[in-house]
Amino acid sequence: MNNLLALPVVLPLLGSLLALVWPRRADWAGLGASVAAFVAAGHIGAEVMRNATLELAVGGWAPGLGIALRADGLSASLLLMSTLVALAAGLYATTYFAEAQKRADFWPLWLLMITALHALLLSGDLFNIYVTLELLGLAAVALAALGGSRAALQAAVRYLTVGLLGSLAFLTGVGLIYAGYGTLDMVMLAGRVDAEPATWVALALMTAGLLIKSALFPMHFWLPSAHANAPAPVSAALSALVVKAAFYLVLRLWLDVFDVALSQASAGLLGLLGASAVIWGSWQAYRAERLKLLAAYSTVAQIGYLFLFIPVLLATEPGEARDLLFGALVLFALTHGFSKSAFFLGAGVILHRAGHDRIAELGGTARALPVTTFVLALAGIALIGLPPSGTFLAKWQLMTSAIAAGQWLWIPVIAIGTLLAGAYVFRVLGHAFGPGEGVGPSLAWARAELPALLLALVATAVLGLGAAQVWTMVVPGSNAEGVSL
Amino acid sequence: MSLSNSLPLLILLSSLLPGLAIFLLREESFRLRTALNLFGASVKLILVGVMIWGVFHEQVYETRWTLAPGLDLVLHADALSVLFVSLSTLLWLVTTVYAIGYLEDSPHRSRFFGFFSLCVTATVGLALAGNLFTFVVFYEFLTLATYPLVAHKGTPEAIRGARIYLAYTLAGGMALLIGAVWLRTLAGPLDFVQGGILGGMDHLDPWTLRWIFLLLIVGLGVKAALVPLHGWLPQAMVAPAPVSALLHAVAVVKAGAFGIVRVVYDVYGVEFAASLGVLALLGAAAAVTIIYGSVKALSQDNLKKRLAYSTVSQVSYIALGTAILGPLATVGGMVHLVHQGVMKITLFFAAGNYAEALGVHRVSEMDGVGRRMPGTTLAFTIGALGMIGIPPVAGFVSKWYLGLGAAESGAALWVLPVLVGSSLLNAAYFLPILYRAWFGQPPAKWPGGHTHAGRWEINQALLWPPLLTAGLALAAGLFAAAPYSPLEWARLIAEREYSL
Repeated sequence: MNNLLALPVVLPLLGSLLALVWPRRADWAGLGASVAAFVAAGHIGAEVMRNATLELAVGGWAPGLGIALRADGLSASLLLMSTLVALAAGLYATTYFAEAQKRADFWPLWLLMITALHALLLSGDLFNIYVTLELLGLAAVALAALGGSRAALQAAVRYLTVGLLGSLAFLTGVGLIYAGYGTLDMVMLAGRVDAEPATWVALALMTAGLLIKSALFPMHFWLPSAHANAPAPVSAALSALVVKAAFYLVLRLWLDVFDVALSQASAGLLGLLGASAVIWGSWQAYRAERLKLLAAYSTVAQIGYLFLFIPVLLATEPGEARDLLFGALVLFALTHGFSKSAFFLGAGVILHRAGHDRIAELGGTARALPVTTFVLALAGIALIGLPPSGTFLAKWQLMTSAIAAGQWLWIPVIAIGTLLAGAYVFRVLGHAFGPGEGVGPSLAWARAELPALLLALVATAVLGLGAAQVWTMVVPGSNAEGVSL
Repeated sequence: MSLSNSLPLLILLSSLLPGLAIFLLREESFRLRTALNLFGASVKLILVGVMIWGVFHEQVYETRWTLAPGLDLVLHADALSVLFVSLSTLLWLVTTVYAIGYLEDSPHRSRFFGFFSLCVTATVGLALAGNLFTFVVFYEFLTLATYPLVAHKGTPEAIRGARIYLAYTLAGGMALLIGAVWLRTLAGPLDFVQGGILGGMDHLDPWTLRWIFLLLIVGLGVKAALVPLHGWLPQAMVAPAPVSALLHAVAVVKAGAFGIVRVVYDVYGVEFAASLGVLALLGAAAAVTIIYGSVKALSQDNLKKRLAYSTVSQVSYIALGTAILGPLATVGGMVHLVHQGVMKITLFFAAGNYAEALGVHRVSEMDGVGRRMPGTTLAFTIGALGMIGIPPVAGFVSKWYLGLGAAESGAALWVLPVLVGSSLLNAAYFLPILYRAWFGQPPAKWPGGHTHAGRWEINQALLWPPLLTAGLALAAGLFAAAPYSPLEWARLIAEREYSL
């Protein structure tokens, strides 16, 4: 059954080709491929819950020579998130792009991006990862430019330049590793890596490339304009998925492959950058005048939280305590993926309706678009980290582990970041509840609002109340109990 | 799935599900919305009745759900939670009736009643929380559910009031969260246990525990409006009258006070807390708040603001009773949890009626309201006399037990002056209102202008709730010694806390 692993890559690719050769049926090809990929990801998730890891050597070549696909709890859960977010955002795109021509342009690129992302998540080999990373970046740039406005094009060019720089650094690091160890398969490398200067340089280069791509402060400068000016469904995927792909690789490299070569100080540096990102990103989000820009800066902050986990993880003894924290990290990433994509789709609905997304002029939104306001509130709860969202549980665990590891510095960072997030989310809601006609007259519930609502509900209710399943998936043999009613 | 492990969940769902359903209703479906509201409130009342009976007979009710490894959401019924659950359930029903009458023609009623039900769900969740983690979850949930209610009118003042409310409560929630996480890393799951859990853990550093206590009390003190954390309460007065009534009597301030009770009795253990010396701190904060709130109330001309400062003062009686070591003071604090709720909700209903029927918002406009609205003013009078502590209204019973408890523990020297002083101040800010209302000369034209031509002084849905709660306040004082009265229940709690 391990051929299953190829499906999340093959299906979107097939869909992309179909949409390209048959533009008039692009919607069907795109949505069909998205649904199929989601089902496949669900099966992979179920398999991983049973067997811990899946592996597929494509074409029967042994790892080290051929292409190896692997899925463990981490990649399977991110895969599941990616397929569901892509499905919802794709569904929204069919209403967002009114003209058929736009949709015909959108679908092939979109599915190509999803293909690259899934291949990245499933790759077990550093060179393949480089290829998928590059492909992912290029598809993302093309999509970001799809809006066609001058600002969008400028932002996309900058996104492209920075992305290429990041890939270049990553590739150089990969080259050094190959020269030193003669293999790029991550499992093989994990057993061979030594703590020596060449390894450190290689790891530093790869990490630097990935930090640029994951927009960790202070390398975040390209993100807000790129994410805020892209079409709303694309912004959702960029913020929820693409940035997280780079973070996923940092996690893989640091925890699974190069853990012997690491020092606590380097992890502390990542933590400090993450802390700065939390504070700076949240503050900029609070000051943002446009809804999508706010969401983009909020991504900068939330990526910062993800990096805060790394020093605490490395300071926690392997075993139950570390597994708990690792599960919390995955839960955080998942919740952010769903809530941020919901937020961007909601912002897209408002933008379409009002013709602008200036926060100060959102008066009357709660009356005219109650469902979308509800979406922003639900997604906002998850961004702040209030119950019942998954972020709340993840932050609880992060704080617990930080206190247990004696890393008290992160506690005020989390507290301030959370309060700033409360400030920026409720600034939006305050305007939305206020008087005004900013978004036009009231209309009944619209189809365009549905995908965002779905994503927001996953972020707050499903991932909050069903969070125990995340640990079951991520931690092999974990004893998280389910329902005990 | 038996009653013993599903009853707490069912009680929660009896307001959560109607609340969620109400969100989906259209504005015009008045009948269906009313039916859903009253159905939920009645079902909850019946379920709580079953729970009261069961807890009295030492049945165990517990619902447990694992959110994350080692983090359980626990709903558990003990004598203390039942006290708070019955209060909120009963007053929810009454307030729902009142709110239906009050919001008769105003916009966004589905949204309002949806959040109203969520707010009660959060309160009931707090009451039934079986460990500190669950308490924190519902504490934050309550903040979220009340924000739209405070902002409901959508005017700039309402948005501003809601923003201030949120700033205070989110910051307080953060302090509570840090304290709870910290304590959990040291002491494990933190299930609420009668008599406390920390007393038996000798390995814990007392100073760490003191700091954690401070964090927890600061977090809870924001909602309980302990001075200097009370700044949001007068600002939140912009909310519609039923919301203010619920906020002041049951939901928000009570949640904070109830949390203080939980932390002192069932986490630290009252004797252990006294040995750490933290009760003195709590007592001092409560005493300052009691006097400060009363003094501020004196100078407020706006009726709802005067009532708000009165809440600041009165809720701290609960904290005061908690801070005094000894079963009698415990009884006084616990019983005030109920008594203050019933009396204060009466006062806010009445204030809402004056504003609704006559356009009267200020004390200085209240001359002669008693002649125009005798029923409402009767209810207001009973509530106000109870607040002052005049027998036989319920407030007297609370103050009596607080005084006895102070004498018993030897704290009389500072507690009695606080009690006497605050009672005098209460009289000073309530009696002039009563005098004006009954003996003042009514103006030729009320500020609201419109005249009411009906058989009753006001819509019946607005008249009966205050009369009913005033009756309850009177009954709780008159029949204080009857079985199942709030006082008897508070005694039961004290017996179990002190294992008498």
